[in-house]
Amino acid sequence: MVAAADSDGALAGKGGAVTVRAPVPLFRKPSVLPGFGLTLGFTLSYLGFIVLVPLAALIFRSSGLGWSGFWSAVTTPRVLAAFEVSFGLSFAAALTNAIFGFLVAWVLVRYDFPGKRLVDALVDLPFALPTAVAGIALSALYAPNGWLGKPLNELFGMKVAFTPLGIAIALTFIGLPFVVRTVQPILQDLPAEEEEAAASLGASRFQTFRSVILPAILPALVTGFALSFARGVGEYGSVIFIAGNMPGLTEILPLLIVIKLEQYDYAGAAAVGTAMLGVSFVMLLILNLLQQWMRSRHAR
Amino acid sequence: MPADTSITAPVSIPVPPGRSALTEPTWVRALLIVGALLFLALFLLLPLVAVFAEALRRGFGAYWLALTEPDAVAAIKLTLIVAAVSVPANLLFGVVASWCVAKFDFRGKNLLITLIDLPFSVSPVISGLIYVLLFGMNGFFGSYLRDMGVQIIFAVPGLVLATIFVTFPFVARELIPLMQEQGSDEEEAALVLGASGWQTFWRVTIPNIKWGLLYGVLLCNARAMGEFGAVSVVSGHVRGETNTMPLHVEILYNEYNFVAAFAVASLLAMLALVTLVVKTALEWRFGDELAASRH
Repeated sequence: MVAAADSDGALAGKGGAVTVRAPVPLFRKPSVLPGFGLTLGFTLSYLGFIVLVPLAALIFRSSGLGWSGFWSAVTTPRVLAAFEVSFGLSFAAALTNAIFGFLVAWVLVRYDFPGKRLVDALVDLPFALPTAVAGIALSALYAPNGWLGKPLNELFGMKVAFTPLGIAIALTFIGLPFVVRTVQPILQDLPAEEEEAAASLGASRFQTFRSVILPAILPALVTGFALSFARGVGEYGSVIFIAGNMPGLTEILPLLIVIKLEQYDYAGAAAVGTAMLGVSFVMLLILNLLQQWMRSRHAR
Repeated sequence: MPADTSITAPVSIPVPPGRSALTEPTWVRALLIVGALLFLALFLLLPLVAVFAEALRRGFGAYWLALTEPDAVAAIKLTLIVAAVSVPANLLFGVVASWCVAKFDFRGKNLLITLIDLPFSVSPVISGLIYVLLFGMNGFFGSYLRDMGVQIIFAVPGLVLATIFVTFPFVARELIPLMQEQGSDEEEAALVLGASGWQTFWRVTIPNIKWGLLYGVLLCNARAMGEFGAVSVVSGHVRGETNTMPLHVEILYNEYNFVAAFAVASLLAMLALVTLVVKTALEWRFGDELAASRH
């Protein structure tokens, strides 16, 4: 309650100075329900101890290096290569997921086939399956003597495990549900009238898809892409088994952080972690803006 | 009448089956369905099948031996202990936080919701790293903790903290939208009729949110038992002491003990399958009482 009074006072002061503002509302609307102070206090302290203070420690630790120290810690060739591997392959995997995730969502919403509900439930498997399990399973499948690795190698001379392609496959596995689960509800709620109108005006099915359905789905598709991309950049467990982990070639950023920690280079690990969070944040910001722009363009 | 036939003629032209203006030709539909199913079979089903096939490669005896070996048993126990502490902690937090967010209107509410979701967008490795920076040997409280004789990193408390961090939003994220949608009319009515705050919570709120609560706990538990990256950073990998099941899988795999690695992995895969089945059952049966299945 003290906090409430404080923030009221501060806000009232600001409101008075600007004068354009409507009457300043209370810090909270009155309610007959009990427990506001208790639950807010508990929520904020738990959040503070578990999330905010530790994350602040990360920023603080890397700021201890100073700007030049930070810059030289995150621009060594090995770190830059890991950035390229992590962000590049996450992008490729998210793109794959945008295409196939859309296909899966489309088929699940629009068509009927036996076992559809089972398939629908299976889509969430990457959310439920521990990443280490996914990692060793994919690694065993695509290893040179594995179920898929052997034929791919013998027929096409393709090597998957221990190459960037293997990383991309692991990241595709991890990110798929994000695209399906963001596109699916939007596709479900799409009004049939728009498609009927397009068809009655003489549009072919493909034209209807391209100019009516796709623009309506695109913002959700971009959200799914962004979620899948962000998950890929941070992913560790499913990747390290299939990656081969060669510095500069198949070494991902999270692994580099682990390696730095094992060498007791705490500041270096914190710097790479901070840079990773920063770059992810900027990319998600850009994607968010892109999405808003598409929404406003699509709104009539 | 000639005039009549000229009007009805266009209508009576038979539309070939599957050539409706609102769906695709049959062959396109079949192609898309087969394409989607092949993709899912290749990317999702095959890895799952591979886990069990590799685990049983040397027969059931070797499988059973790998699961009952002391280090594996210790890993299973530790996983259960970590989940038994972190899931209730986040359950309590989730209920309290969603009561606060959903039942009251206050400034900064959206910021609070964003902060609660924050751990989902942090890499698991960073989730472990932050606790090492705080409590590790060279961390902020490292020397203080050493003097006190308390070990957090490379010990069970670190595993619990890292697990709490990565599973932090699960319960709250399910309950907040659910309770926001339900509003607080029923609680207000109970209070006006003379119920105490606790009575209202236990007799009105909890029955309303019980399925959503179970749903959140289910997902929280699956992640808590299966978490790898965050616990890997704080564990120290002491066999039989600080290895949870996913970490034990890693060690066995790196020692080329594939059958044992996949045997332990198959337990985790079964946990994932049970989670999926219960989750799907909850969505089918109580879909209208869950927030997650609505958006």
